[in-house]
Amino acid sequence: MASFKNSEAGSIVLDLIKTIQTNKDFLSEVDGKIGDGDHGINMNKGFTMTEDKLKGKTYSMSEGLSILGATLLEDIGGSMGPLYGVLFDEMSMASEEHADVDAEVFKAMVEGAVAGVQDIGNAQVGDKTLLDTLIPASEAYAKALEAGKDFSAALDDFKAAAKAGWQSTENMVAKIGRASRLGERSRGVLDAGATSCYLMMNSLAESIQKLIG
Amino acid sequence: MDRIYNNPDYMVEDMLKGFVKAHKDLVETTENARVLKYKNAPVEGKVGIVTGGGSGHKPAFIGYIGKNLCDAVAVGEIFSSPTAAAFLDAFKAADSGKGVACLYGNYAGDNMNVKMAVRKAKAAGITVKTVVANDDCASAPKDELAKRRGVAGEVLMWKVGGAKAAMGADLDGVIAAAQKAIDNTRSVGIGTAPCTIVAVGHPNFTIEDGTMEVGIGHHGEPGIKVEPLKSADGMAEEMLDIILPDLPFAAGDEVVVLLSGLGATPVMEQYIVYNKVAEILEEKGLKIHKAYVGNYFTSLEMKGVTLTLMKLDDELKECIDMPADSMGLKQL
Repeated sequence: MASFKNSEAGSIVLDLIKTIQTNKDFLSEVDGKIGDGDHGINMNKGFTMTEDKLKGKTYSMSEGLSILGATLLEDIGGSMGPLYGVLFDEMSMASEEHADVDAEVFKAMVEGAVAGVQDIGNAQVGDKTLLDTLIPASEAYAKALEAGKDFSAALDDFKAAAKAGWQSTENMVAKIGRASRLGERSRGVLDAGATSCYLMMNSLAESIQKLIG
Repeated sequence: MDRIYNNPDYMVEDMLKGFVKAHKDLVETTENARVLKYKNAPVEGKVGIVTGGGSGHKPAFIGYIGKNLCDAVAVGEIFSSPTAAAFLDAFKAADSGKGVACLYGNYAGDNMNVKMAVRKAKAAGITVKTVVANDDCASAPKDELAKRRGVAGEVLMWKVGGAKAAMGADLDGVIAAAQKAIDNTRSVGIGTAPCTIVAVGHPNFTIEDGTMEVGIGHHGEPGIKVEPLKSADGMAEEMLDIILPDLPFAAGDEVVVLLSGLGATPVMEQYIVYNKVAEILEEKGLKIHKAYVGNYFTSLEMKGVTLTLMKLDDELKECIDMPADSMGLKQL
């Protein structure tokens, strides 16, 4: 069964940081259409702070995710700080006791992330939030494993469902958060949180696929 | 732009420095740069009162730190929730061992950060209970009270909660009084001109010249309707038409009235609106026990007013009448 060493996979977190830094302006542009236009700036701030904390250290994937989660929670505020803080914290907790991360451990990581975000955010699929990316991806991944697909093939399904879920937010009316106050005016625009969530889940899956070869 | 600042990205930091220098008789900094506390906090034997929220609402939130009011406040970026860490550090600054009442407004970011902070406080051995203000009638229908936002009624919630704690009530007693305060409070706002976050550089919404937005939120959230601009008397009538049936308030009720400007409306004009509010309430047989008029809860340089009514019983009246000393509310 394909797996990778947790202790040698800190690069997964660096890839996530790079993804956010590269897409900073894109995220702010998406957010500017129905939000404050600061999503890219805030995310970049939190991820770059994490990069600074990690510099010169050796860390496992779980340790790196834990530092990322704590930084977002403690230093970012707003709505995205706690939501992504919990998401990465849950991923860290679900994997920290596993020296080898296989398909089942990743499943627990993603399902922990969904549960954590739902617990503090109270959103459902269809509310035009990051859960519209995360939940379909989690479900598609579990289904792929059930169907007997291997780790890498299941990650392909994970990425595809995350992308489709992200794009589905374009035609939704926001039901939660500040954009919900716009009602119908929020339709026709992608959700900023669903966008950053897609970029990060895609990055995570691709990093793992590289590690398991 | 005609705004006054140094670096648009450091306006919150620069404001906090000035605030602490100006009010050193009342407030102190803490180890967390985004938490200010009452200089006597934690007050021995007293339940701690904490609030917090985005910046740009002066005197809220830090202006209500003081005697018989809030013990510590978590400060966010402009119009953005403080971090969970700031709320947690505010709990620590306020806790004397009797627990902490976190009294804050119903916004998605604040809800999440408070929830995370309460969880961490529990692990650190601090008991925190919360009341979430939802006094804004215009933000959701009456059958969806839990979706309503907290606005200027929060000031009355802090007044009641702060007084109850000062009287020596335990945490459950303080929470019950603050919850009763907000449950008996209704607010609505009218906006006549929008506001601009300097770092963003343009207004976050528009109100056409000659029109007003009824039910506007504290960050420019859309209201119930946009209408041609009315006279001050017309605005008073319109706001009472929304508030009075919502609770409902009825003849014989004793009430507190809080009329706040949104930032750039002259206090003179606020009194013109208040004059009509008082006249209508008297006509309808309500008794005004106490009135607060002025800039109690603003939204940068937004123009307009918010009207808040609280229905009193003996307990709430006793709390409202208690002296208080803060930058935003001084009461002998």
